[in-house]
Amino acid sequence: MLAYIVRRLFAVVAMLLVVTLVTLSIFFLIPKMTGSDPAAMFVGKQADPAAIEAVRQKLGLDEPLLVQFWHFVSGIFVGRDYTGGGDTIHCAAPCFGYSFRSEQDVWSMLVEAFPVTLSMVIGAAVLWLVLGVSTGVVSALKRGTVIDRVAMITALSGVSLPIFFTAMLAMLVFRTQLDWVDATYVPLSESFGGWFGGLLLPWVTLAFLYAAMYARLTRATMLEVLGEDYIRTARAKGLPESVVLGKHAMRSTMTPILTIFGMDLGALVGGAILTETAFSLHGLGALAIRGVNERDLPLILAVTLITAACVVVANLVVDLLYAVIDPRVRLA
Amino acid sequence: MEPLLKVTGLKKHFPIKKGLLQRQTGAVKAVDGIDFEVLPGETLGVVGESGCGKSTMGRLITRLLEPTDGRVEFQGKDISHLGVSGMRPFRRDIQMIFQDPYGSLNPRHTVGTIVSAPFKLQGVEPEGGVKKEVQRLLGLVGLNPEHYNRYPHEFSGGQRQRIGIARALALKPKLVVADEPVSALDVSIQAQVVNLLDDLQQELGLTYVIIAHDLSVIRHVSDRIAVMYLGKIVELADRKSLYENPMHPYTRALMSAVPIPDPRRRGAKSDRILLTGDVPSPIAPPPGCRFHTRCWKATDLCKTQEPPLVELRPGQRVACHHPENAELLTIPGARESVEITKAETKPEAKAEAEAKAEVETPASANADADADAPTEGGDAPKA
Amino acid sequence: MTDKLTKTGAAVGEPVATGKSAGKSAPSDAFLDVRDLKIHFPTDDGLVKSVDGLSFQLEKGKTLGIVGESGSGKSVTSLGIMGLHTVGQYGRQKAKISGEIWLNGRELLSADPDEVRRMRGREMAMIFQDPLSAMHPYYTVGNQIVEAYRVHNDVDKKTARRRAVELLDRVGIPEPAKRFDNYPHEFSGGMRQRAMIAMSLVNNPSLLIADEPTTALDVTVQAQILDLMRDLQKEFGSAVVIITHDLGVVAELADDILVMYGGRCVERGPAESVFYEPQHPYTWGLLGSMPRIDREQTERLIPVKGNPPSLINIPSGCAFNPRCPYADVPKGGITRTQRPELAPAGDRHFSACHMPQEERTRIWTEEIAPKL
Repeated sequence: MLAYIVRRLFAVVAMLLVVTLVTLSIFFLIPKMTGSDPAAMFVGKQADPAAIEAVRQKLGLDEPLLVQFWHFVSGIFVGRDYTGGGDTIHCAAPCFGYSFRSEQDVWSMLVEAFPVTLSMVIGAAVLWLVLGVSTGVVSALKRGTVIDRVAMITALSGVSLPIFFTAMLAMLVFRTQLDWVDATYVPLSESFGGWFGGLLLPWVTLAFLYAAMYARLTRATMLEVLGEDYIRTARAKGLPESVVLGKHAMRSTMTPILTIFGMDLGALVGGAILTETAFSLHGLGALAIRGVNERDLPLILAVTLITAACVVVANLVVDLLYAVIDPRVRLA
Repeated sequence: MEPLLKVTGLKKHFPIKKGLLQRQTGAVKAVDGIDFEVLPGETLGVVGESGCGKSTMGRLITRLLEPTDGRVEFQGKDISHLGVSGMRPFRRDIQMIFQDPYGSLNPRHTVGTIVSAPFKLQGVEPEGGVKKEVQRLLGLVGLNPEHYNRYPHEFSGGQRQRIGIARALALKPKLVVADEPVSALDVSIQAQVVNLLDDLQQELGLTYVIIAHDLSVIRHVSDRIAVMYLGKIVELADRKSLYENPMHPYTRALMSAVPIPDPRRRGAKSDRILLTGDVPSPIAPPPGCRFHTRCWKATDLCKTQEPPLVELRPGQRVACHHPENAELLTIPGARESVEITKAETKPEAKAEAEAKAEVETPASANADADADAPTEGGDAPKA
Repeated sequence: MTDKLTKTGAAVGEPVATGKSAGKSAPSDAFLDVRDLKIHFPTDDGLVKSVDGLSFQLEKGKTLGIVGESGSGKSVTSLGIMGLHTVGQYGRQKAKISGEIWLNGRELLSADPDEVRRMRGREMAMIFQDPLSAMHPYYTVGNQIVEAYRVHNDVDKKTARRRAVELLDRVGIPEPAKRFDNYPHEFSGGMRQRAMIAMSLVNNPSLLIADEPTTALDVTVQAQILDLMRDLQKEFGSAVVIITHDLGVVAELADDILVMYGGRCVERGPAESVFYEPQHPYTWGLLGSMPRIDREQTERLIPVKGNPPSLINIPSGCAFNPRCPYADVPKGGITRTQRPELAPAGDRHFSACHMPQEERTRIWTEEIAPKL
């Protein structure tokens, strides 16, 4: 078990390094091929060649790829100094560099954006897990009835409608027409009501999509589990139906659900780009969009890395959790 | 007679990887050194319990798997390590029938496509065209040739097995290896397929290797039988000798365990030898004779020295230090080979062994087996 | 549980008249009395008549072997007795069950479902074919037995654990206290089936139904399990229904044999007479199809031609008629569409065949038996 975890952790680190290197090289190589220059981007449009050269040196953009890679990685762990033109700027420990556009410290941008995304994803996750699983279970138990059909048709529309469509629809109805909810994000630390109200629509919209997927998955898994021999055995023992379903069937049904849940959560924390854009929330997804639009290399690098880290760690947690839930899984 | 198939020292080990660096820490010794020959026109039956390596052996001799060690010779040519193209000419001559008539046929292909696939793969144009030949084959195995365009799901289990047989026969093979050909079928259908295999052998002069766990089926279909235990052949003999005078204790126990469909013989269960425990793990087979952990005749010799497979009676080869029915040893030298090994043990070994048969397998032996195979475990020692 | 209704006589009684008009008939004397049981499953393709009018009786301490091929209705029968035939039938059109099942003087089909539920596992228990899939993979073997005990007995965990360990020990599992905490996948096949037996016996049920209990096991392990079941029945004195396709297994264990075909009983009687004086062509077919380990057989097997019937379109009249080699034997004006009912064919021996009994006896003794 321990050997397994250690091996997996190594794999996580290696994975993140590769992601960094790939991202870095994309931004290192593409400018070279297209003739644009990161240093020039940093300085701005009307810059004299000397200033660009100074920036190039200061940011270390003149160094070979691997050296830059090393500077970047070590910067994350021990901080980094940018020296050039006589002055030195120290960038403290989790250093992801400075945005080319806003010249802001990227890490502080992340710190600002992260709670927004986290609030949105966690809230939506609670909602979709509860809604999706309960709908799926009821659908499975009432298979073929009107309840099942209505639930599954709703779920199908949830899966098929694009999120920007449902988001626009939700905003049109609840914000513009009914004026039930607020439009802007308020941090939790300032006001719970404001936070809740501001995020309600994104939650519902995001949860609608995921709840639909979870309802379908739960229904299918539950039906499969209900056909298992051990469910028949549980009944043959004379267990009440509540125990058969609530304990024996649910435990098996939840295993694959939790797996998917962990991975979805990881992927979304890294950025729910469409939802954030639709609701103009300034989370990681919005940062990613901004970074790409403005060709802001440090920002893109940081968001990519955070997203990758979330996905990879979520995967690891799911795998470990799986071993705890299912005793047949041997981690060796 | 020149053997059609000759197997010497055949081994297949599947590696197990473990730990931080995924080093190979051991191997599942599925087949661990077996020798036999198959003569043209005969049926060799292979029996054993699950995990004895019989199916792996079947896949080795049809070269669906590559042996770890040893030789497989077909008509005198070594095919042990031939690649895909090297095997192609032999694929015509060696065909396989599988157990699962549901899983081994592609549900999206028609029967015609399935049965004619071997022609396409081998680039053979049968006389009179593919369709005509497929219909002839369907007729041969007792299916309606008109059903050429039907899909597998439209057939019953027994009929699907017939389709599998038709496919195997398409290229007029010399050797057909059948792995549990009837075990998925109902009794009445099983008999139909057994009879069909019988008829086809006579009609087409086929040679069979039939792998099965059912000793009754094996007795019915085989000329000679190999009994496997933990990757080894423990006894190889013609049908009559094997069933009437089994010499390896495992063979005897195996045969006595089969319930006889005769309520009056229920009293005869006193002859039954109840083996204790389960088959040890093929990852770490017991040293010496692999059966010693469950054998009531086991002595210290059995724990250390592996008995070779030697001919103790004409046509009966046995790998045992203390064979059953020892009074039947007629081959000069055979008696000595066993007696010599016996002499090495304590003189009272035989009496002791006899006494043990009445009591139980030594608990320590069982514990050893358990320790070797923590996931397999062992059943209770039982008198 | 009272034994006063138990009589020690015939385990197979007269076929019960199938009058369905006036509700349930009188309580039965037999320990287990199944009368005209029908279990039909509505499907998109039509009504699947898995069991279509089955009657039998069984006394305590006796074993009934139900023999048949896949689709003969033998497993559905056992599930029907347990009230488990609707398992896996969520939301679909429910199975239709009719007839009567009397267990120890109580009729199960008209009883309150919750009352039947409380009898399951306590008065009637079941052993399944594949012990690996029949146990929940996420719970330890011990906990699954404890659960079976505590649902019917108001005891604390410790007492239940002691009981579970005691039974694991009884069924021959070494180091039961340690093995208690293992998961099913950590047991070998034979040990799992032993644990399954322990689980079914934990409440001392008076009826034990074993559905293909040894089919998934190797032959040497099968011998161990059959031996164990025989010992346990002596010890616990329960009535046992063993369902199998293996004539060897029934010959080994059963006092009486019931042969099923197409959802109906074609023949039943004491084991010896069914094996030595079988009265139905299908039984002959089964015996002729079976390769024998106990004799050198040079003759070909005598299989039954054709395939088992679809349970949606069971032939009218005798279900075996399309496969019967004696379908053309004159039967004194009886047409093919007439269904043969079970009729006495010997001492406690019944058979459902239109052929005159003398003719059947002649065919068996002159044409079939010599070839087996």
